[in-house]
Amino acid sequence: MLKLAATVVALLVDGVAYGMILFLMSVGLTITLGVMRIANLAHCAFAMVGGYIAFALVSSEHFTLFTALPIAAAATMVLGAALERSVYRWVYTTGQLGQILMTIGLVFVAVAAANLFFGSNLNAIPLPGWMSQTWVYGAIAFSAYRAFIIAASILIAGVLWLILEFTDFGAQLRAAVDNPRMARCVGIDVPWVFSITFAVGCGLAAAAGILGTQIMPLEPWYALEYLVPILMVVAVGGLGSLKGSFYSALVLGLVDTFGRYYVPAAGAFVIYFAVLVLLLWRPQGVFARA
Amino acid sequence: MSAADDRLDAARNGFTRHRLSWLDALPFLFAVVVYFGANRYLPLGTQVMIQITFALSLDLALGYGGIDSLGHVVFFGMGAYAAGLFAMHVSPDPVLGLAIAACVGALTGLLTGPLVLRTRGLTLVMLTLAVATMVQQLANANAMKPITGGADGLFGYHLSPLLGLFTFDLAGETAYWYSLAVVAFTFFVCKIVVNSPFGLAIRGIRDNPVRMRMLGVHVTSRLVTLYCISGALAAIAGALSAQVTTLVGLDSLAFLLSGNALVMLILGGTGSLYGAIIGATIFVVLSDRAAAIDPFNWLFAIGFLLIFAVRFAPQGIVGLIVDWWRRFEGWRSRA
Repeated sequence: MLKLAATVVALLVDGVAYGMILFLMSVGLTITLGVMRIANLAHCAFAMVGGYIAFALVSSEHFTLFTALPIAAAATMVLGAALERSVYRWVYTTGQLGQILMTIGLVFVAVAAANLFFGSNLNAIPLPGWMSQTWVYGAIAFSAYRAFIIAASILIAGVLWLILEFTDFGAQLRAAVDNPRMARCVGIDVPWVFSITFAVGCGLAAAAGILGTQIMPLEPWYALEYLVPILMVVAVGGLGSLKGSFYSALVLGLVDTFGRYYVPAAGAFVIYFAVLVLLLWRPQGVFARA
Repeated sequence: MSAADDRLDAARNGFTRHRLSWLDALPFLFAVVVYFGANRYLPLGTQVMIQITFALSLDLALGYGGIDSLGHVVFFGMGAYAAGLFAMHVSPDPVLGLAIAACVGALTGLLTGPLVLRTRGLTLVMLTLAVATMVQQLANANAMKPITGGADGLFGYHLSPLLGLFTFDLAGETAYWYSLAVVAFTFFVCKIVVNSPFGLAIRGIRDNPVRMRMLGVHVTSRLVTLYCISGALAAIAGALSAQVTTLVGLDSLAFLLSGNALVMLILGGTGSLYGAIIGATIFVVLSDRAAAIDPFNWLFAIGFLLIFAVRFAPQGIVGLIVDWWRRFEGWRSRA
């Protein structure tokens, strides 16, 4: 019984940590989909860029994970803003297929660039000493790293929620997601709001990429590898809904972790099957408002 | 002649006009010239033809039906695995293998189509991607290893001589003619489909699904039918690949193949069938050269190509040619 409890707790911690990483990655994507109706398939590439920048900084031995994190996230935000102001102007003007192709093009460029600069090895950012510990309480063991991910992600999610609910900018963004045309009519500068949000989304993805390297190691195909999971999070959560993304990321993270442990024969198949069923049940997203 | 006869005649012309012309023979003549002129490149030519078949099937779904699929590789992979398993366990006959693979592809379309095609837009894109990823994970899952071979894939099977006459030689001559025949068959099927009343309905659905529904067309069932046909053809491409390389791996279910097919189509131009042929030929030949030099930096080229092609030549090479031709005609009529 105790052993079962210990396993379940360990799986819960793993699942929630994985779900939180997925949530941070999907924030920018769900806003892009909600406001601009654009499938930005290159979103995961920003997580990879952030991860690699932090990896380079930490490898240079002048930085630790904590000092590298804000620098890398800020650098990714600048890159995201620059791309949003240039290449994405083209993306906005084409049809759906064109948007998909252009953003896949960006993914390929990112993959090639990652390979050019960092090679095709699996890389993970080394953790500070205390984070690689395991805290043991009787039979139950916590990984300090995963506990930290969960704490940090909940903190970030809380700050996001406060900004969305209680600031003018948050109100403008919510209005833009609900009805972009109407928001424009009442004088909200929707493109500007969107540009800021896009950059912040890139920064959050970068933070997730950096924090998650021990779970999702960096490699050139990273940008494509984790694109499908975060697309699933967004689709299940409902386009444009941060709250939906949060819940669906949690659920998918847990389903995947438990599925892999209890049905090893099926491997990653469990999660895809679950998503397919969920989307057939509610094509607009399980957590979307009706 | 009465007005009704006139209209009937016009309709008949509309259906028959673009069926086949002397232009359609050009790619095949080119293939024959390659055989006699550049014998060294037969294996590459075979690869080109496999990808042309795949691109044609995608053009049918995407260019004509407007089904923006990111997971078309699922049909390719299913066909490849079906052909590989069939050759291993049932019969080494290649043509029979192709037929079985086509059935498997159509069946895959029939099973996934009604689920996926209920949706439109972004949900459809994600569902196609999710289906393809799911099938790849399934092929890789531990429970399926005894059948699919997991990461090792299928290998060590042989094919009996084609039609009992032509053995598959090391130089790839039989494979070359075999692939050419398959491409010709695929192209012919596509031509018939897109020029049939069914093809017109499909194009109508692509351009305005709501209006087609109001006209009394059962939109979803038409799309599912198209998805099955396209799936069968893509499975034939996969089976062809499995047969000529006598190897099936997980990469025959990988997203990269879907991505490549999209690049070929956008390069050549969607919705014309010729675009698929031109695009696939250029893409495979270029990537063969580039892969020999530097596979990863080739991705830079593909990436930038996608971005700039969508921006500056959304109709692809075929679109550019048509554009130039129109300008030339205009210039000639003025002169």
